[in-house]
Amino acid sequence: MKTKMKTSTFVIIMVVAILVAAYTLMPFFLVCINVFKNANNIVANPVGMAGMSFGQLTTNISNVVNNSNFNFWYAFGTSAVITILSLVLLALLGGMTGWVICRNKAKWSTAVYMAFVASMIIPFQVVMLPLISTFRDVGKFIGIPMLQSIPGIVFAYCGFGGAMTVFILTGFVKTIPYDLEEAASIDGCSYEGIYFHIIFPLLKPSIVTVTILNGMWIWNDYLLPSLMLGQNGKVKTLPVAVQAFVGSYVKQWDLILTAALLAMIPMIIIFLIAQKQIMAGMVEGAVK
Amino acid sequence: MNENTAGKKVLSLVLLVGGLAGLIGALAMDFSHSPVAFRGPLLIIGAVAILAGLYFYPTLEHHRSIINFLFVFPLLFTFAVTVLIPLGLGIFYSMTDWNGVKMNNVVGLANYGAMFREAGFLWSVLLTFLFVIFNMVLVNVIGFCLALLCTSRLKGVGFFRAAYFLPNLIGGIVLGYVWQFVFNNVLIQLTASAFGMRNSVLAATPTAFAAIIVVYIWQYAGYIMLIYINGLVTIPGDVIEAANIDGASPLATLFQIKIPMIMATITICTFLTLTSAFKQFDVNMALTNGTGSVQFMGNYLTNGTQMLALNIYNTAIAKNSYALGQAKAVLFFIILACVSLIQVRISNSKEVEA
Repeated sequence: MKTKMKTSTFVIIMVVAILVAAYTLMPFFLVCINVFKNANNIVANPVGMAGMSFGQLTTNISNVVNNSNFNFWYAFGTSAVITILSLVLLALLGGMTGWVICRNKAKWSTAVYMAFVASMIIPFQVVMLPLISTFRDVGKFIGIPMLQSIPGIVFAYCGFGGAMTVFILTGFVKTIPYDLEEAASIDGCSYEGIYFHIIFPLLKPSIVTVTILNGMWIWNDYLLPSLMLGQNGKVKTLPVAVQAFVGSYVKQWDLILTAALLAMIPMIIIFLIAQKQIMAGMVEGAVK
Repeated sequence: MNENTAGKKVLSLVLLVGGLAGLIGALAMDFSHSPVAFRGPLLIIGAVAILAGLYFYPTLEHHRSIINFLFVFPLLFTFAVTVLIPLGLGIFYSMTDWNGVKMNNVVGLANYGAMFREAGFLWSVLLTFLFVIFNMVLVNVIGFCLALLCTSRLKGVGFFRAAYFLPNLIGGIVLGYVWQFVFNNVLIQLTASAFGMRNSVLAATPTAFAAIIVVYIWQYAGYIMLIYINGLVTIPGDVIEAANIDGASPLATLFQIKIPMIMATITICTFLTLTSAFKQFDVNMALTNGTGSVQFMGNYLTNGTQMLALNIYNTAIAKNSYALGQAKAVLFFIILACVSLIQVRISNSKEVEA
């Protein structure tokens, strides 16, 4: 009797799980089948398999990739450069800041830490408008364009991502025993050498965490790049390019869905490779 | 050893003096509005040279302080320029007639007065609160149920977790357009053949609002599920076992053991859903762009599905009223700060009780 109950509950649980999975994956599935069709077939028959062909897929992809409004490879490269530069700088500078904050009990280091933590509640909307004008003015003043430039946006991401990065990394530095640093210092290691030779290697797991959190945010971010780079500017990230592209091809679903697919693929590939780390990193970042 | 120190001292001094000269020269060119193209790079080279000079400065006494400064300065500088200064300016600009480039007059609280007389804005505030409440409850309940599902004896747990989490990976803009396709082209075919309904759900304001909630839950529940799973697996197995031996029903175990034991996780998840639902922008913009007609306070509004974040954006960017948009943003900040503080307070007091 009892085992029978268990099999029936097992079946129910499995069915529910499969139904939910079918629902969460449904939009991805619809995108995947519709990129094989031309515009007419998509509108006439968005669910079924009719009208699918590989020839149409290659036509759709080449239409999108070679489109001057979308410029996929350029947008992809811009997004990749911005994301990677920001992540490297955030990991490096965030770790350095976190270590100094954690190992100094002076008033200024507490103040810096509190400023970072308190700023995490500030929504982007409240700083975005003055940010653009400040960057425009500073850029004009010092003669380096800060808007519509990759260095400018990387600078902004370091500023916005700094708070969370420092918060998580400081929390981790606290768990590293101070004895380790004292021993190194007795062995003749310089003060900065302690950080680069002892602390930084130990920080690796949390650096993976912050890199995942920041990476997901920066890669998918729309508002900051759309304001700083402009909708019609020369430099575009992938989300901005998708928005600009869709804006100029309303209801052309063959092109829009192919563009969406191309924008999703890099993230999905990375997820398939580093699934465990990404899911663990997202949880760790939230729990801290 | 001595020679080394002397060499370092010379290097340090050269870098410091050279850097200072470069910095001052570049700044002088900036202030005199000189059109020289290399003044930007000169400024950066000067600043870097000063930092390097500080690093090589041969002193034992101050070495630690110098390193502390060098380590903290870069990130703190970017933080000050991108967050602190714009925040201060933003609060000031919200009380002026700022137009995004320059300001002429201080107008006091006129912008704040104007925004409370704008029915469209009040509607956005109301809608945002509705959205936040719906999502906080639904995302948490659904996320928790999914977590229970994924911690039960399920085959292929790894696949299901990944499948539920997948939507969270993709940016809101792309998702918004994909769902627009689902609602406008796929769903409409199904409803047309089943009920003869030929209008898209995105065409009417209430259903469009529901659609945004559906998409948001779809995107966010998987993430919340992961955090709940993380909380659930920390419950020691013997506690559950003891309850089973005592004859507790699965429901009793759930409500009297599992939920009280993951109160901290519930706090985190409520906080996350609360703040992220408040800031919802991308999906709102891509799915409906805030359109939708609605009758509110005797006014006919066309921004039926426009939430606060999008309202701020449109006020400033589309309607070019920067000062008004900034005032709305400051209010948005205050609301968000208050709501988060209240939420943390309530959850903390509950945690203590539990």
